[in-house]
Amino acid sequence: MGPLAQPTPSAGSTATDRHPGRDRSPDPAARLEMTGISVSFGGVTALSDVSLVVEPGQVHGLIGPNGAGKTTLFNVACGLVRPSAGEMTWRGSAVRRLRPHQLAGLGISRTLQGVGLFAGMTVLENVMVGAHRHARAGFASALLALPRSDKDERELRSRAAAALADLGASRYADRYPGGLPYPVQKRVALARALVADPDLLLLDEPASGLAEDEMHELGELIRALSGRMSVLLVEHHMDLVMRVCDHITVLDSGRQISAGTPAEVQADPAVTEAYLGDDVDAEADAAELSAAGEGGRHRD
Amino acid sequence: MSDLRSTATDTPAAGKASSDAPTEATAGADEPTATRRRTLLPSSTLLRHLLLLALGAVATVVILESTDPFTNSQLATLSYYAIAAGGLTVLTGMNGQISLGHGALMAVGAYTTALFLSAEEPLPLPLILLAAILVATAVGALVGVAAARLHGPYLAGATLALAVGLPGLAIYFHDWLGGEQGLRVRAPRAPEAFDSFISAVSGNSASNTKWLAYLGAICLLITYFLLANLVRSRIGRTWRAVRDQEVAAELAGINLGAWRVLAFTVSAAAAGLAGGVLALVVRLAAPSGFTLVLSLSLLTAIVIGGLGSLLGALLGSALLVFLPPFVTDLGSGWGLDNTEAAQLAPFVYGVVLIVAMIFAPAGFVGSIRMRWLTRQATRSAARSSRG
Repeated sequence: MGPLAQPTPSAGSTATDRHPGRDRSPDPAARLEMTGISVSFGGVTALSDVSLVVEPGQVHGLIGPNGAGKTTLFNVACGLVRPSAGEMTWRGSAVRRLRPHQLAGLGISRTLQGVGLFAGMTVLENVMVGAHRHARAGFASALLALPRSDKDERELRSRAAAALADLGASRYADRYPGGLPYPVQKRVALARALVADPDLLLLDEPASGLAEDEMHELGELIRALSGRMSVLLVEHHMDLVMRVCDHITVLDSGRQISAGTPAEVQADPAVTEAYLGDDVDAEADAAELSAAGEGGRHRD
Repeated sequence: MSDLRSTATDTPAAGKASSDAPTEATAGADEPTATRRRTLLPSSTLLRHLLLLALGAVATVVILESTDPFTNSQLATLSYYAIAAGGLTVLTGMNGQISLGHGALMAVGAYTTALFLSAEEPLPLPLILLAAILVATAVGALVGVAAARLHGPYLAGATLALAVGLPGLAIYFHDWLGGEQGLRVRAPRAPEAFDSFISAVSGNSASNTKWLAYLGAICLLITYFLLANLVRSRIGRTWRAVRDQEVAAELAGINLGAWRVLAFTVSAAAAGLAGGVLALVVRLAAPSGFTLVLSLSLLTAIVIGGLGSLLGALLGSALLVFLPPFVTDLGSGWGLDNTEAAQLAPFVYGVVLIVAMIFAPAGFVGSIRMRWLTRQATRSAARSSRG
């Protein structure tokens, strides 16, 4: 949204309702469909013919070994990468030539793999930036410091404070993100994504760098979020993925090798093969994998 | 304010503190809230900034009436440097775009003012200055559109071309813009009300120099008032977001290009006004007044003062204006001859710049602010470990 544009009230939020997203149920129209997505960088094919559907209110997991193309698919979903073939449909209408800054207006939020907080601002201000799409006062009222601008700021500040409170990070509101522990920074980044009241939340490795108990809390949180929005989740920690997801898509080397409920995916021999290889001691490697998963410090 | 407190009560300690209607001391110990302000200033941004504006106006009158005409004219010089530096600190400090071309944008404002004043029946001065702002804004928007796609050294290069190239236009169109000699500027006389105001306030005589110093100060105060409003608002926060983390800002729905162009345009408007005031104070708009040195001086002023801080821009400009004559006087006092004393000034300025970069890399205001923030953080860390 450009600076001079008067922001229009977005769907589902009105001026009288202060926090419209907080108690609502997921919008039944908010359905993300990606069909036949292919991406190639130069001659390298990063994704070929991948399709997935994120149903409203569903937690959809995207897993696969390193280099499988999970993050590329994510980047396609938020306009950072243009697919060379395939189509994306959001709320029933095709999305073409998506630019990242249009995402928030469509009701889609995304967290970054690195936390990507604004170093020069307090935690509260960081989250207030996330509420950008709810701003109503324009340039002129800011220039003249009209009461309208102050009112708008109060509104954004209370939204941001509420989002921080939801994630139990209120006590850090005044601090600058640089000095905060990594898990706290991750929470702030999540608050910044949630304060926009999205219909679809794209979470890029939310559990990386978290300890076991924090990861458990995160799982609960994601489950709770699915009451309000759909979630598309890229994650390495299998126990987390299996616990919170309704549906899982497995990628390997840019191809979709399996899809289904957590139980179906776990039982799929193609998945085991992709993760472990076919001619090795599968049991030993599986033990190693789960140990690494439980170690809690396993990173990409 | 009260609604913020109630939302910030996710920890038991904070809940207790707010329900007990804490005194400052207990709130300090228990309540980690972000939103408590410890000032007595009004909570409305407009009232707060109007209060500062009024204080600034009083300070201006006191300073201008208690100093001699020479200092008055130095202060007039300070006013146009500070206006341009204020705009530049918004661009560079808050939005992270560098510009070596602000001298050229000042030239646009200065030439516009000179041309309008050379008419038989010139328009009223405020309208002329407004025209200077508008023309510079238009040029700035054009440059901004190009600049929004460039980063770091490339942006510096492009704006450098502007600084070098634009004054050349005055020589190319010498019939219209006066060539190397430039355009003489007939500054309009002070209105009668100004004479009576000055004699009522201090009994001094209202010279033309004094009038120009007041004019510059008025422009400076209005500019800083408006810029401070922007900095405090969502606009300023969005600029900083674009500066700090492009991808995250974009994902929050911020159109990076549009906001960069806006920052460039706002800062060009300030430069245009600064150019207009310069033309009036110097009484000349000539290419030699808008060399690359001017653009670089503005950059050093905001860096020394503290990037992103309007107060820093003002302090940096003051250093730019007052340090050289001060050092020259000092040199003469030590028995150097005039040439040697004049050469001392750039040397000392360079030394100050280097010393500032070593001991206060964030600038004067920036370093003080950083120290304050560090203390705050230490205190709040100590508080949370106690809690």
